[in-house]
Amino acid sequence: MRHKIVEFRHVSFRYGEEHPWVLKNCSFAIYENEAIAIIGHNGSGKSTIAKLMNGLLFPQEGEIVINGRSVTQDSIWDIRKDVGMVFQNPDNQFVGTTVQDDVAFGMENRGIERDEMVRRIDNTLSAVGMQEYRLTEPHKLSGGQKQRVAVASVLAIFPQILILDEATAMLDPRGRTDIMKTVTRVQDQRHLSLITITHDLQEVVQAERVIVMNEGAIWDEAAPRDIFAKKAELRRIGLDIPFVAALSEELRKAGIPINREALNHEELLEELWTSHSIM
Amino acid sequence: MNNALIIGQYVPGESLVHRLDPRTKITVIFFFVFIVFLANSVISYSVLIAFALTSMFTTRIPIRYILKGLMPVWFLIIFTFILHLIVTNKGTVLIDILGFSIYSGGVIQGFAISIRFFLLILITSLLTLTTTPIEITDAIEDMLDPLKKIRFPVHELALMMSISLRFIPTLMQETDKISKAQASRGVDFRTGPLKERVKAVVPLLVPLFVSAFKRAEELAMAMEARGYQGGEGRTKLRELKLGKRDLIVFILFMIITAALFLTRNY
Repeated sequence: MRHKIVEFRHVSFRYGEEHPWVLKNCSFAIYENEAIAIIGHNGSGKSTIAKLMNGLLFPQEGEIVINGRSVTQDSIWDIRKDVGMVFQNPDNQFVGTTVQDDVAFGMENRGIERDEMVRRIDNTLSAVGMQEYRLTEPHKLSGGQKQRVAVASVLAIFPQILILDEATAMLDPRGRTDIMKTVTRVQDQRHLSLITITHDLQEVVQAERVIVMNEGAIWDEAAPRDIFAKKAELRRIGLDIPFVAALSEELRKAGIPINREALNHEELLEELWTSHSIM
Repeated sequence: MNNALIIGQYVPGESLVHRLDPRTKITVIFFFVFIVFLANSVISYSVLIAFALTSMFTTRIPIRYILKGLMPVWFLIIFTFILHLIVTNKGTVLIDILGFSIYSGGVIQGFAISIRFFLLILITSLLTLTTTPIEITDAIEDMLDPLKKIRFPVHELALMMSISLRFIPTLMQETDKISKAQASRGVDFRTGPLKERVKAVVPLLVPLFVSAFKRAEELAMAMEARGYQGGEGRTKLRELKLGKRDLIVFILFMIITAALFLTRNY
């Protein structure tokens, strides 16, 4: 069994006494080097989970354990070293006046020596393919480029957990695929747990495991393929079905046998031409 | 559109003045403001003018550009000159019109004050022309460091300055977007009486403020998530380094100050 890196134990959270519960008695675990996706419609509590993981919010009930440490007011600064987060809005998380200043910001906060900073800036910017923009100012970058810088700034502090909190929601399709490719590549190289929080089912494809949130509770927890199979239920809790999944559903209705749930175009194509050869 | 946006009046360059440590530039200018008042003879003024003009030429910024930047203060300089011309009544009477006498002392005094004024403005604008706002911020943070002892929030002030500098272009782009959005809804920013045009700014400012507050909130959260906990124990990427050229400039400036003392009263 892999080492547990994040564990939620009966966590409940609400923003205030008179507010409704945003999370209701949630328990789950995330393991080392695991790629996990948390999906749910707006207001399902998925972003709250992210903020609870690095102590931006604290639960009213239950306990959150990150890497063996319970998240409390005293431990948040240590925990934030292990948990890196990329937020939704590319502009509102860019602190530095240039790309390299922004990457340096997290390291400056942790008192890392200047030589080491320069080395890490080089490494992380080339990991996300932004090396030639070192001295560029943020207003000259596209949204996708800013998000890649945000990923680089998080990587520079060598986190064990990388959380993407709707990091692609404000990007165009190209920026979106760019970020997802960058992140997947980085996860391979650096062995970190990747938590993708999204409302777009298309983005859960690369995950090993998907947690579906609904109304503040965990609705389901399974591999992407099994999640994709429950189309009617997903629609009912307000999630859009990706094109490929909808197409294979229609094909099935039309009497074409599709055995394996397809995650992307290639898989569906594979499924189609092989299924006919069997017939 | 906003790609060519330059904050302040910084002109990029590689000249000696550009490459000087911003702290050197600020210190020299600070003392220059004082020594300008030492001058009281033709030779001492010439020393000051020579220093200012040499600095100006070493920046390699087109002179026309520098003078254009001084445009708004020309009026003030001429006004001071005329004021001194009228008010001073020393020396011999040069012209006498309708009871108003212009004295030779007035002419001299007017010239002297105008030259001082011009030199001060020229030298200080050379600072902003050759130094990026962020360099100035770093220099101020470094130079105010001793104030930390009396709990003056130097680091916070510098961070505030650098974040505002970073967000100026972003907010300008946003203003542009909002004004277009409002114009498409029928708000008229350009024509009509002044009162109407001022009123038209309201639907521009309100969304701008709302979004600025939202940005501030999100930025604060992002900064916290990245481990920001104040200036304590922080290291810095941007480094200020005093080099050989800074030393040379300091020595040169001391020689000029000494020359000024010597040529005084001549």
